[in-house]
Amino acid sequence: MKAHKYGDHVDTDVIIPARYLASQDAKELASHCMEDIDKNFHAKVKDGDIIVAGLNFGCGSSREHAPVAIKASGISCVIAKSFARIFYRNAINIGLAILECPEAAEDIADGDEVKINFDTGVITNETKNKTYKAEPFPEFIKNMINDGGLMASLRKKS
Amino acid sequence: MSMTMTQKILAAHAGLDEVHAGQLIQAKLDLTLGNDITSPVAINEFEAAGFDKIFDKDKVVLVMDHFTPNKDIKSATQCKQCRTFAKRFNLTNFFDVGAMGIEHALLPEQGLVAPGEAIIGADSHTCTYGAVNAFSTGVGSTDLGAAMAVGYTWFKVPAAIKVNVTGKKKDFVSGKDVILYLIGKIGVDGALYKSLEFVGPGLKELSMADRLSIANMAIEAGGKNGIFPVDDITREYLKGRVNRPWTAYDPDEDAEYESVVELNLDEIDCTVSWPHLPENAKPATEGKDIKIDQIVIGSCTNGRIEDLKAAAEILKGKHLAEGVRGIIIPATQSVYREAIKLGYVEIFLDAGCIVSTPTCGPCLGGHMGVLAKGERCVSTTNRNFVGRMGHTESEVYLASPAVAAASGIAGHIAHPKEVL
Repeated sequence: MKAHKYGDHVDTDVIIPARYLASQDAKELASHCMEDIDKNFHAKVKDGDIIVAGLNFGCGSSREHAPVAIKASGISCVIAKSFARIFYRNAINIGLAILECPEAAEDIADGDEVKINFDTGVITNETKNKTYKAEPFPEFIKNMINDGGLMASLRKKS
Repeated sequence: MSMTMTQKILAAHAGLDEVHAGQLIQAKLDLTLGNDITSPVAINEFEAAGFDKIFDKDKVVLVMDHFTPNKDIKSATQCKQCRTFAKRFNLTNFFDVGAMGIEHALLPEQGLVAPGEAIIGADSHTCTYGAVNAFSTGVGSTDLGAAMAVGYTWFKVPAAIKVNVTGKKKDFVSGKDVILYLIGKIGVDGALYKSLEFVGPGLKELSMADRLSIANMAIEAGGKNGIFPVDDITREYLKGRVNRPWTAYDPDEDAEYESVVELNLDEIDCTVSWPHLPENAKPATEGKDIKIDQIVIGSCTNGRIEDLKAAAEILKGKHLAEGVRGIIIPATQSVYREAIKLGYVEIFLDAGCIVSTPTCGPCLGGHMGVLAKGERCVSTTNRNFVGRMGHTESEVYLASPAVAAASGIAGHIAHPKEVL
């Protein structure tokens, strides 16, 4: 999984600009994901790739379209030094894996090959031959992400 | 017990005597809110999950404010979906064009939020209602979809920062200057996951409009909520608006605060946040070299009648500088009506501005004032991120209504005293 690296305070306005919010179509949203700070994002991301970023990722608007656009782009996980709280909650609710790990977020470079074990929280940087440790999600959150989000998980239970 | 205001409200809504920072709780909600961008996603989730009831038809509020009056077919379709849902469940508080206002100006004005209540909204600026001592916070659409059905949600109880307000406001300084200054001091993630609790002798200097602007932008410091205690100013505001019983919550003497920020109003002058983060706060007097193309006065942060008054007092008998476009947006129908009655609309028109129907429009680059490449706007809105109001190479400078008005006249960022 290739890492795509960004800086601090990546806000939801650049993740998915408001001019596209009249759409709820995940694929269409994905086609504009990150375009205001990285025009090539949609073209270069391959299924399973990850985003690595700095502090306060996902700050700003509460638009759930932001994690939806990232997930529909094929991104399998976002690793950041910290997340804005509404984004954090939204990502879990829609089933996008996110990990808070300042060490990994600092060290992983753009283009590095990375593997993540969600059960242990161990992040392996295969390019640099290093590992980092994030706090793994508790069981119920892991199940929610595996089920595809909060509503899918509720449906499964009922 | 040693709880903050926020913790007390959450404890009461969770049916617990006490909660502490970090605790996961399930809390009853007094109100849920959605708008024309976030509600359609919530409605889809609600329906896909197979819900066929809402928890209370008086407590599920939908406000059509972002892309209204509808800017294109897609946004019209989204409003139509909300309208159908509102009809299906016979919602008491569905605010469509003609009755709507910008949600966070509208709900307090209509008395839909009261001290001690717990509210979630699928809009990040839902934190505004802390101004009247409510706990309110922004969530996403899925959380809203579930909450509309069941009337409760889960929270992680936040730790808190105490903001001790002292001193006296200078001329032309408003709540907007105060919050921009504070964000400049603590940073856009300075209150991440936390409550900002405003206390201290300086609160008597802050009107309800000031407090609403301040609580509104708690999210711009990363905060979960911003909250004020109830005092005479609050009680006066609530009179005639809120007729149901409510409970005020003060922090305990020994409430646990993670840190204390001293905010001396004597030290705050008119403040502007430079692109592209709200934390880039500087005195307005440093903006003389920043030529501008547009001013926007409005939004959930600064579209109340007090805001229009501040702008009208500066613009009266004056005209925008050549090449500057002025867009004034009263936040609600009643603000609009009041602005006409008080003669503000005429002042704005004489000054060369346009006055629009309520809408969030330009704040998020939706419509009604989108910027071209290279253009600059002084705006009373709340975010100046890259591309927020239009082209990625446009620039938004956040300011108070008085500073925006003065800048419109000067043609560059200006302190009001420069043009009076």
